[in-house]
Amino acid sequence: MKKSVYINSVGSISPQHTLDNTLFLEEVVNYNSSTLNVIAPNYKEFIPPAAARRMAKGIKMSTVSAKTVLNEAQIEESEVDAIIVGTGLGCIGDSEKFIKDIIDNDEQYLTPTRFIQSSHNTVAGQIALGMGCKGYNFTYVHSTISFESSLLDAKMQLEENEAQHILVGGVDELVDHHENTHRLIGHIKDTPTNSNSLLNSNTSGAVFAEGANFFLLSNSKTSSVYSELVALKTFNEIAKERVATLALKFLAGNNLEIEDIDLLIMGNNGDVNFDDYYSQLTESIFKHTPQAYYKHLSGEFDTASAFGFWLGNKILKHQNVPNAVQLNALKPKKLEIVLLYNQYRGENQSFVLLKRC
Amino acid sequence: MSQGVAITGIGIISAIGNNVAENFASLISEKIGISKISQIDTIHKNDIMVGEIAMQNKELEALLNLNSDAYSRTPMIGIIAAQEAITNAGISDINDCATGLISGTTVGGMDKTEQYFYDYFEGNSHWNHITGLSAGDSSKKIADYLGLKESFVTTISTACSSAANAIMQGAKMIKSGELDRVIVGGTDAMSKFTINGFKTLMIQSDTFNAPFDNNRKGLNLGEAAGYLVLESDKIIARDNKKVLAYIKGYGNANDAYHQTASSEQGDGAVLAMEKALKVAELSPESIDYVNAHGTATPNNDLSEGRALLRIFGDKVPEFSSTKAFTGHTLAAAGGIEAVFSVLALQNNIIYPNLNFKTPMIEFNLQPEIKLKQKELKTVLSNSFGFGGNCSTLIFSKEA
Repeated sequence: MKKSVYINSVGSISPQHTLDNTLFLEEVVNYNSSTLNVIAPNYKEFIPPAAARRMAKGIKMSTVSAKTVLNEAQIEESEVDAIIVGTGLGCIGDSEKFIKDIIDNDEQYLTPTRFIQSSHNTVAGQIALGMGCKGYNFTYVHSTISFESSLLDAKMQLEENEAQHILVGGVDELVDHHENTHRLIGHIKDTPTNSNSLLNSNTSGAVFAEGANFFLLSNSKTSSVYSELVALKTFNEIAKERVATLALKFLAGNNLEIEDIDLLIMGNNGDVNFDDYYSQLTESIFKHTPQAYYKHLSGEFDTASAFGFWLGNKILKHQNVPNAVQLNALKPKKLEIVLLYNQYRGENQSFVLLKRC
Repeated sequence: MSQGVAITGIGIISAIGNNVAENFASLISEKIGISKISQIDTIHKNDIMVGEIAMQNKELEALLNLNSDAYSRTPMIGIIAAQEAITNAGISDINDCATGLISGTTVGGMDKTEQYFYDYFEGNSHWNHITGLSAGDSSKKIADYLGLKESFVTTISTACSSAANAIMQGAKMIKSGELDRVIVGGTDAMSKFTINGFKTLMIQSDTFNAPFDNNRKGLNLGEAAGYLVLESDKIIARDNKKVLAYIKGYGNANDAYHQTASSEQGDGAVLAMEKALKVAELSPESIDYVNAHGTATPNNDLSEGRALLRIFGDKVPEFSSTKAFTGHTLAAAGGIEAVFSVLALQNNIIYPNLNFKTPMIEFNLQPEIKLKQKELKTVLSNSFGFGGNCSTLIFSKEA
């Protein structure tokens, strides 16, 4: 008998005030930009300043998110059986600096710190080191399903009772060379865009951002429980005209019908060339389903869907869909089952099903 | 005993050959692939030895029918090895069941990023490589080339244990029924980035690497790709498949000791091997050969040696590291050594640990230094990496 999998606690660092788990988007920060940075927490409260100075931003954000997760669930570090991190690019700021140093200094006068931190698994490794966690340690690095790959891995282990508590997170940094090169190829919007009008921007590209969203997944509920992770599925690519079919197949595989979905949470990022992947669902089979979106709050990055996952969990726990995230005018009659859908530039689609606990 | 996961295809490209047959021929004839670097222009060329794949980029492009400078070297060598594994498994329609790809890489498209880092801002001729820095992009290109549609495709990056972890996760997804078939392994091309990175850590040897030797001077970087095809019992029965070997056990643990160094007593390695033996439901005495991580760095070989002693006591089975042949191929290491492990089982052969002369002073461990024939039922393969990542795979002849 497979065990059920629960999301027991959350920790989010984003361009919004999300780190305090007693709040839930009562106040939203509006931006008019084509890139968003996270609202930095007071790192000193979480990390000794001497250590923080050497740490890449991705490590710092993740450390604070992870600590918030453990605090909320009231779980000791020693109870964490595994750490699984999804990251599109790792601590890419250090990778960029190391390449720059190699080129600018003709391969001389290099120091190891930047090279070490540029390894994609630095975040998971540093968290393990900090907690003394000798358990399973994995890092998935597959674009916009990096986080979902981590979720799937955790879910499989918890269902089989190979682990009881797993720390799962998604993290990515926004840094210069990455931003500047992605501007060249039009993946970032070339004009500042207001958060409120993101989906009506009618322009190509996305508003790039960064963030760290961590969660405690367990096969038993703690008093802080948010939701049950029912199912998830990822695809390397789905043709536009197949999105609705595969969504229905995913629901059917879990004995669900369209009417069972109380809320659809969509990853629209306001890219006029790709948002129609979402309209395959919002304007057809889920036309009469209440809908929400979040990338006007989080921005777009490889693990932005982990912010969407945070949103789904908060909604189910608080039994409230904040005004700022409502995508259509329909109000949910109840909030029991939530479906998330995300994709990026027509690739790496994911469906995730969450259920109220 | 627990049921193993069937391996039905293998593929490899490394410094000792462009396919499985060439690699095996090199292994049994002691033909090493370590030389001075020729394909990357680096100021360190006189200070290091490396394991380069013989084919240049333009030859790889021609072989794969790609335009010049279309792909980074990492996906190109990955495609060659993955395609060989698919062919070896006799697969004609890759989408005829739920097929996935799980690939490990550390550098991804770094070779092109470091080449065009500033050029991107001068003109658009190399912009195709901008999205190639993302590690997942190399797996995407392999998946596209293989024709995977609406499939599970993901990438693992756990430094030098990436491919071993990809194989582990693939085996688990077959066991759980998430997938019917999965291509698993890893790919990493040589780059200035890694050459200079390991240079700063001062663990690169200026001569031929000598795993487990008391006077070892460090590793030789290598480049390679290695993949396995794993298939479910349902598909084996449906297609009447020949099974090459089985993945019997797997274990992953974290050393939680240091970001780049292994703990003195090899705690993480011990945990990984213990977990793998437990999954396999095998006792240490039933391991016939250990294909060690054996990078030939002072730290790894000491830590791994102690871990072997902790697991096997005074009955350490025959062991050797094949890195003297190929160099340390980073993310690909666990993939190519999985291929070597399957070949060892098929041919009942233990590979020589080349360049070994003097046992380490810390313990009395002697790797096999000559090619040896031995009836093998099980092979244990270790892969360890930065971030404390320790992984062990156990391969077996019988399910």
